[in-house]
Amino acid sequence: MLEFLESITGVPTPLLFGQLLLGLINGAFYAMLSLGLAVIFGLLNIINFTHGAQFMMGAFVAWMLLNWLGLGYWWALLLAPLIVGATGVIIERTMISRLYKLDHLYGLLLTFGIGLMIEGVFRNEFGSSGLPYRIPAELQGAWDLGFMFMPIYRGWVVLFALICCLATWLVIEKTRLGAYLRAATENAALVQAFGVNVPRMITLTYGAGVALAALAGVLAAPIYSVNPQMGTNLIIVVFAVVVIGGMGSILGSVLTGFGLGIIEGLTKVYWPEASATVIFVIMAIVLLTRPAGLFGRA
Amino acid sequence: MTETTRRSLLAASAAGAAFGALPLSQARAQAANTIKIGVLNDQSGLYRDVNGPGSVACVRQAIADFGAAAKGINVEVLVADHQNRPDVGVNISRQWIDRDGVDMIIDVPTSSVALAVNQVVREKNKVFINSSGATSDLTGSACTPNTVHWTYDTYMLAKSTGGAMVRAGGDTWFFITADYAFGHALERDTGNFVRAAGGRVLGQVRTPFPGTTDFSSFLVQAQASRAKVIGLANAGGDTINSIKQAAEFGITRRGVKLAALLMFISDVHALGLQTAQGLVCTETFYWDLNDKTRAFTQRVLPNMPQQLRPGMAQAGCYSGTLHYLKAVADMGVAAARASGADAVTRMKAMPTDDDAFGTGSIRADGRRLCPAYLLEVKAPGESRGAWDYYKLLQTTAADEAFRPLSEGGCALVRS
Repeated sequence: MLEFLESITGVPTPLLFGQLLLGLINGAFYAMLSLGLAVIFGLLNIINFTHGAQFMMGAFVAWMLLNWLGLGYWWALLLAPLIVGATGVIIERTMISRLYKLDHLYGLLLTFGIGLMIEGVFRNEFGSSGLPYRIPAELQGAWDLGFMFMPIYRGWVVLFALICCLATWLVIEKTRLGAYLRAATENAALVQAFGVNVPRMITLTYGAGVALAALAGVLAAPIYSVNPQMGTNLIIVVFAVVVIGGMGSILGSVLTGFGLGIIEGLTKVYWPEASATVIFVIMAIVLLTRPAGLFGRA
Repeated sequence: MTETTRRSLLAASAAGAAFGALPLSQARAQAANTIKIGVLNDQSGLYRDVNGPGSVACVRQAIADFGAAAKGINVEVLVADHQNRPDVGVNISRQWIDRDGVDMIIDVPTSSVALAVNQVVREKNKVFINSSGATSDLTGSACTPNTVHWTYDTYMLAKSTGGAMVRAGGDTWFFITADYAFGHALERDTGNFVRAAGGRVLGQVRTPFPGTTDFSSFLVQAQASRAKVIGLANAGGDTINSIKQAAEFGITRRGVKLAALLMFISDVHALGLQTAQGLVCTETFYWDLNDKTRAFTQRVLPNMPQQLRPGMAQAGCYSGTLHYLKAVADMGVAAARASGADAVTRMKAMPTDDDAFGTGSIRADGRRLCPAYLLEVKAPGESRGAWDYYKLLQTTAADEAFRPLSEGGCALVRS
């Protein structure tokens, strides 16, 4: 069986398994980030271009907690999403909330501008080459899987991302709060008439979406260099993931995130030069054949 | 708004995010005794800490140390961000020269941008001092009478770091190469040294530039090749991520050596000694090398962003600016402005001498010659203070560090 696989793919099987696994890990980040975007777009109709900067802020807050307050990774996992989420709430209350009546383009431009400004401030304060952040002691080391050396931390990232995605999906699809949110998206005035405070719900939803980005940032801090442009590099891919998955579809963006991570991983073996573009090629094909996205409702 | 238009808007915006801000520059009337220097580099991306605002601080330090005002020369400095894109770099260079009257362009990291600006400066007959670009083609097939390549190049790095790794027994190599002019040149030059020493190159993988953050996939491919050395033909943020992730995947613990073919002190600072210890790299400047380098560092430090110690690329901007101004003072501002090629000829005729690099010279092909230092990153226990990062393993003399004049294929040498 293994020989057969090897003969048709032209790549040694252990290497192929390794790449599938690495693709899955990158997919976990795509899924976490596109999840937050999908929640915000699905419920608020705002295309949140600040998402990359908020992902970066999550990583930086983790670094600050460690170096300024001595609070380690586990505290960061809890506190960074809360802190960055709170800044998201402020941004929504003071700026984004004024744009709901206008065309989507205004929200996009506003959040894009805010993102650029946040990145500029961090670049001025911390430079571009980044800050060191170590893997927590409990998750150091690696498993030898035979075909690959698998860092324990990366396994943790996949597991944690899956739990987050599942929890978010359950909250939105299966709880009363989620039902209110979905109803408010369909008809805000009617839901408000039933006594639900819709503006506050929307603010908190934005905060929660931002917190998800920050959580992904904390997860990324020990793996990537913690630097101001770390979000810019990921966010364009993540937007493509959301478009391919179907706008606002939570399950779609999660599945697409993991799937595209794997496809990208395989491209890194067969045609590494194209690994940065393969996702956009897929996006173009999907838009041409299924304009609503793979999981979207037309 | 309907679903379809919302989606197409998002798709369009995903593509649109690639566009950044345009450079700012001001047009002013130019007095007869004014020289304009344009610092063109990466102010916002992965190479920012290697050059960026630090290079600007070093250029200004050179102007102050030269005492331009006392000599009656008014020096203006313009700064722009080329975003590591050749088209942006070319547009800014043309605008600077045509509209703003810039006489000399300095720094220009990212070899693809450096090669493009190299052509513009030649066409306009101005001066180009390249400090942060690496491709050895700048003094080879692409050499011009208007360009001086100041601080380092891919041949020198390949010979010093690559040669040392081969001598230490690393005779099989796999390259992780940034997929553009710089990475290709560094891979080519290092590969030649490996083969000349009887070693073998087992393979390479080209990584998209810029925008690659996860190198684990490429590192695992490198490991699967069973090469003894993984050559990192990349720089800045790419090198940092490669080294960090190689440690994470236990690649170095299994006896495979990493060759950081181009690494700067700011990269070591970002990695931390715990991760970077034991790595070997080559620089032509280290702040703690001698009394003169320490004195230079103390002078410029208050103006460095985030109190970063200057690296070789930034120190090269200091040294290059100082030497250019000496030539300008020597030949007169009017003559220096009239012909960039004449100014470079004058620079080649004078020995270079400054606190950062000591004495040196510029060769006919535009190569500035200076010693190359093979350095090893200290373990955390060995470091005695802030930024005490390197120990000196070996010094290659200036006349041996770079590619022999006859081998570069520069047209200026044949004529």
